[in-house]
Amino acid sequence: MLHYPAWKTALVLLICAAGVLFAAPNAFYSTVERANDGRAAIEAGRITPEAEADAASWPSYLPSSLVNLGLDLRGGAHLLVEVAVADVHAERLDALWPEARRALRDLRDQVGPFRRIGREGAQTLSIRLEQPGGEQIAAEALRDLAQPVSAGLLGAGGPDISVDVDGQTLTVSLTEGAIAAMDDRTMAQSLEIVRRRIDETGTREPTIQRQGADRILVQVPGIGSAEELLAIIGKTAKLTFHMVDSVTDAEGQAGPNQIKLPDADDPTRFYLLERQALITGDRLTDAQPGFDSRTSQPVVNFRFDAAGARRFGEVTAANVGRPFAIVLDDEVITAPNIREPITGGSGQISGSFTVETAANLSILLRAGALPAEITVLEQRTVGPDLGADSIAAGEIAVVVAFAAVLIVMLACYGMFGLYANIALIINVALLLAILSVIGATLTLPGIAGIVLTIGMAVDANVLIFERIREELRAGKPPARAIETGYERAFTAIVDANVTTFIAAVLLFAIGSGPVKGFSVTLGVGIVTSVFSAIMVTRLMVAVWFARARPKTLTV
Amino acid sequence: MRLKLIPDDTTFDFMGWRKLAVGLSAALIVASLAVTALVGLNFGIDFRGGIMIEARTEGPADIGAIRSAAGGLGLGDVAVQEFGAPEDVLIRIEAQDGEGDAQMQVVGQVEAALTEAIGGIEFRRVEVVGPKVSGELVQQGALAVGLAVVFMLIYIWLRFEWQFALGAVLALVHDVILTIGVFSATSLEFNLSIIAALLTIVGYSLNDTVIVFDRIRENLRKFKQMPLSEVLNLSINETLSRTLMTSGTTLVALIALWALGGEVIRGFTLAMIWGIVVGTYSSIFIASVLVLRMGVKRDWSKPDKAGPSGTNFSGAQV
Repeated sequence: MLHYPAWKTALVLLICAAGVLFAAPNAFYSTVERANDGRAAIEAGRITPEAEADAASWPSYLPSSLVNLGLDLRGGAHLLVEVAVADVHAERLDALWPEARRALRDLRDQVGPFRRIGREGAQTLSIRLEQPGGEQIAAEALRDLAQPVSAGLLGAGGPDISVDVDGQTLTVSLTEGAIAAMDDRTMAQSLEIVRRRIDETGTREPTIQRQGADRILVQVPGIGSAEELLAIIGKTAKLTFHMVDSVTDAEGQAGPNQIKLPDADDPTRFYLLERQALITGDRLTDAQPGFDSRTSQPVVNFRFDAAGARRFGEVTAANVGRPFAIVLDDEVITAPNIREPITGGSGQISGSFTVETAANLSILLRAGALPAEITVLEQRTVGPDLGADSIAAGEIAVVVAFAAVLIVMLACYGMFGLYANIALIINVALLLAILSVIGATLTLPGIAGIVLTIGMAVDANVLIFERIREELRAGKPPARAIETGYERAFTAIVDANVTTFIAAVLLFAIGSGPVKGFSVTLGVGIVTSVFSAIMVTRLMVAVWFARARPKTLTV
Repeated sequence: MRLKLIPDDTTFDFMGWRKLAVGLSAALIVASLAVTALVGLNFGIDFRGGIMIEARTEGPADIGAIRSAAGGLGLGDVAVQEFGAPEDVLIRIEAQDGEGDAQMQVVGQVEAALTEAIGGIEFRRVEVVGPKVSGELVQQGALAVGLAVVFMLIYIWLRFEWQFALGAVLALVHDVILTIGVFSATSLEFNLSIIAALLTIVGYSLNDTVIVFDRIRENLRKFKQMPLSEVLNLSINETLSRTLMTSGTTLVALIALWALGGEVIRGFTLAMIWGIVVGTYSSIFIASVLVLRMGVKRDWSKPDKAGPSGTNFSGAQV
């Protein structure tokens, strides 16, 4: 074993060199970060002298991956939100009711009179037939309304609704396949819209991920408060235009084809609006903040697409003199009178906006409405100062821990300790290199993971060295003692590290946020520490032994 | 010339101290369980839901003024404490009814009230955990620790005999209970990162135990006639300097982190330090004592001729 084949030596040296090379950018963090930003800007087409200068500040032939700093280290906001996917199911069923009514009316002579029971927004649509006898025919008619569920590449996945008959009550519900497909679509749309909204704000490197069935994790570095973030992503931003029937107060009752909505600014003021929207926000092509030319108040200017412009022109032409309401998320923002037909396809929303709220609303309108409401489940914000303090504290702790371990090892094992220390340094380089290349995120507990790795990385070497000492005491010659030491210590090293690795894997699988960051550094640290302890020190010992050929050995 | 933590050939009679060790551990376990049952754990917002705000004031913080400003809003239980430095405070507000949106509004109210009452206050960290997530985090945390123990039990069982697996796992449970006990007794905040610390302790303690067991297995084959308790003693003594050396270096590193790593991870590092001390103790005293109590089958069905026993990967003989 003390004869190390050349290829093995080369491989170990190569891995060590690669580790140092790929870890190196982290030593020049801000320079490399600037260079990466510059390159990204150039790639995105924003070629400026500054960007070019930034890009040139780090040689392009060197690796430039950095360890991502977690939000707890650089500051930023973390939001876990839940999308109310069930709302979309209810919407689908509510939309089915007019169709169902039409289908059943066509069969009135067979099914008799009927009515919808249960409330709107429920997860089932129940219809009660007033006379017995027609249930099966009615159920059949309702089943005919089903549409095939598109189950991705696998083709049609069966009907989207099922109809149950219980006495004279027919219950229409969505099938499991339909719900799954619908939820997937809702989540994909929500993610896309959240991403668009955040991109509109120009924040760098946001993380937007789906988590589980109905959740979205949003992490935005550099944002000072989660309220700011929530103002952007929390609003559904469903914009509709309705004709106003009358203005009322909290007591007013909505008629059958009316909806009653509150004023956005005055909670005692309510509007009775036509239920059917004239036009909705999906027809918008652009929205920009601006100022009213007469009052100088902040406003939002919007523009419809061609079809929307035509429709808006027709509606306004037919209703000159009447008020219409601009409704955002079930609140009336403004309800102006139509003074003349608006045919150009563009308009203005004026409400009591500030410059900031007008800017936010334009972002929301440009990005589109969320398909369902979202609720915040968890929020964590770390200010940039605290992040910087944590990095500083973490750095000092790592350096002190590192120095202390190096000294202890050198004092206890002399030259062998020195070898172990070199291996330890290589270990940390490898760890940083792997974390950089896989794009792992370093969190404060992650730094703790590194420190723990430093403490434990020496374990393998300690095991080996103690074993060699024992073998020497048992009277074995140096070469034999070293050989046996490595051999015998190996199982203990494997067993010991596998158990810690199990803990790291579980933490990764189950943990979230900072805990996950810790598990990644711990897990990667175990792998690199075993490699550095077994391969690297062994190589050094082998090379030394081949040259020195010592007759006696002190470890 | 070498620094040696302990002399080369120790012959401590660890098994002779087993009554004392078992008594001590039993007493500590009972105490831990009792204090956890009676006092409970000081759960952080990860597990209880609620709001936590870390703030820095200009000059030493006036805790009373902060408490009255935040407490005057009628938000239920509001706790204010110094956090690491006189100008840093941690404000904790109990979970409000409703999910995160309601909590977020409260954050806005509290920040506004504090900005008005305390000039130059700066909000360094705000965390809000809704009741839905906090419930899940409790489940996940318990699941993680439970699964870790089960997986490790299985691994040790595969690599050793069942007596070892059971001994190791009982020692782990011992470590986890004592760590939870310390958190209960000291009212230190028990949050998600403490679960991470617990899992690491579990891994570390097992690491230590496995190394002792590995040597026991080797010595059982080497000294077939030696009484079990002597084999255990010999094995622990032989691995003692390694055990202390590794625990020592890890402790040195952790103490550096505890002292210098900042207030945010102080609880986490403290759990880890305590866990390593307990874990080292339990792998020396508890795990082996349990193996002694359960006994080990020693008539190896195969003669040990396949080289050093340590490399025998198919060592599962149940």
